[in-house]
Amino acid sequence: MKELVIISGKGGTGKTTLTACFALLARDRVLADCDVDAADLHILVHPKVLHEEDFRGGVKAAIDVEKCSRCGACRESCRYGAISEQFIVSPLSCEGCGVCFHVCPEGAVSLEEGLNGRWFVSETRVGPMVHAALLPGEENSGKLVALVRNQAKVLARKQGTPLILVDGAPGVGCPVISSITGADRVLIVTEPTLSGLHDMERALQLVRGFRIPVSVVTNKYDLNLEVTQRIEEFSGKAQATVLGRIPYDPQVIRSMVQRRCVVENGDSPAALAIRGIWERLETDLSS
Amino acid sequence: MIISVASGKGGTGKTTIATSLAAVLGSKAQLLDCDVEEPNCHILMKPVLQTSESVTVPVPIVDMDKCTLCGKCGEVCRFSAIVVIGDQVLTFPEMCHGCGGCSLLCPERAIREGSRELGVRETGFAGPVDFVQGRLRIGEAMSPPLIRAVKEKIDPGKIAILDAPPGASCPVMNTVMGSDFIILVTEPTPFGLHDLMIAVDAISPLAIPFGIVLNRADVGDREVQRFCAQRGIPLLAEIPHDRRVAEGYAKGNLLVVSAPQYIRTFLELFEKIRKLIDSSGSGFKEAMS
Repeated sequence: MKELVIISGKGGTGKTTLTACFALLARDRVLADCDVDAADLHILVHPKVLHEEDFRGGVKAAIDVEKCSRCGACRESCRYGAISEQFIVSPLSCEGCGVCFHVCPEGAVSLEEGLNGRWFVSETRVGPMVHAALLPGEENSGKLVALVRNQAKVLARKQGTPLILVDGAPGVGCPVISSITGADRVLIVTEPTLSGLHDMERALQLVRGFRIPVSVVTNKYDLNLEVTQRIEEFSGKAQATVLGRIPYDPQVIRSMVQRRCVVENGDSPAALAIRGIWERLETDLSS
Repeated sequence: MIISVASGKGGTGKTTIATSLAAVLGSKAQLLDCDVEEPNCHILMKPVLQTSESVTVPVPIVDMDKCTLCGKCGEVCRFSAIVVIGDQVLTFPEMCHGCGGCSLLCPERAIREGSRELGVRETGFAGPVDFVQGRLRIGEAMSPPLIRAVKEKIDPGKIAILDAPPGASCPVMNTVMGSDFIILVTEPTPFGLHDLMIAVDAISPLAIPFGIVLNRADVGDREVQRFCAQRGIPLLAEIPHDRRVAEGYAKGNLLVVSAPQYIRTFLELFEKIRKLIDSSGSGFKEAMS
């Protein structure tokens, strides 16, 4: 079983569009949407939820005003400034470290497990999918990403599926690190803008640090050929495989508005490019 | 005055909006790039950076001469960053959130604090605009403390414009908390609308007034406009797709440089925001609850 993770560094370069296209083109796969704080893959693949569960990733402190003697020990030791002068804990600032719980001489602090999100196992028009929704504004996205990937692996193993396609998050922080750790291959999809180049360089550095084989695709490559070349040169130097270029194609957005994938809307230039990239990727994955 | 620019979906134009807004406000503005995982404001603003300092989080260092292997540190740590195994104390600095619990609660006072670098905070000037940015170290997972360090540099005498990371989880909340206004930038697609709705749900409990800027307003459908009308959210500006702007952005040019006719749009955007902040007060809180 192989696990392919699609990331980008910069947001909005086409991770989810590409993941959905690959899912359509692959014969046998499990999908995992690991962009848990702004998951969009479901919009294109129309899941029917078969199973869902709560996700609780951490605790928050709560102070019992009846027991509190207002000694201030908790406030002094909290490094996150999460406890107000009225001894009310701000859930947004609370890190869930529990230090206040340990230092309170009155036993007035409790640590309560909060609901951080939900996760789902679904059947979609392109095979099974594990996905999740972090509650808006919540934390512990890295843990939820790890959970989604694990569940996808369980499912793939049970069904004997040879491939897991993982839609990752933008950036290089917690959810991205969690979505690539231990993966078999990473695909970085970027765009030929100086921001796209800068962000893919950082994403590529991150992936190289994990010693995972990595490929690069440039979306809307014809927006700036010079930057496209710089992306490919940098990729080559960093031992990443340049898998191909996708042209700017208004059919991509038209398809998205219809909640379809561009590869199922005829032979537009982007669809042809994506099919070619998928063929090369499939060969790479089976080697 | 603090204005945050956030988005839900990535790549919709947060940085484009934040940088052009800062540029038209000139010396009145301070631009703070809080998208520390992938900071891009510098590409468009081309600042001259004058200071660079390392931002760190404290991590435990155990003095084995004092340690009695009692295991208290491992019990206290909720992040699996320190554990006693056999006659050893193992620390995992990359897991540490720097809460200080282990050193505070060690009965032998055997734990002191070292540091792990989260990234750097840099300051300088982009023409007349004050510039601050954070850059997360590659391999570092924890961005919120670096975001808070960037925000420590907010100049209360300026119009501080904060470029937020994409998404709707804790790094975004850490950026927008304490703002006077939040601009949510989106695009007219099902992805743009879906992530906008998540962002609206995330920021609504903060009771900070906010409005929408619709970028590439003519490339998709009209669902974002419908959503704004339904929820009574002000649609502050609609910026149509313009190949020249996209090509300019690719080369690192500001929107108001590629298309100077938008200077007025951004000045008007700021005036609308100022009026919405003035008229908000407690009334906004009630309207949104």
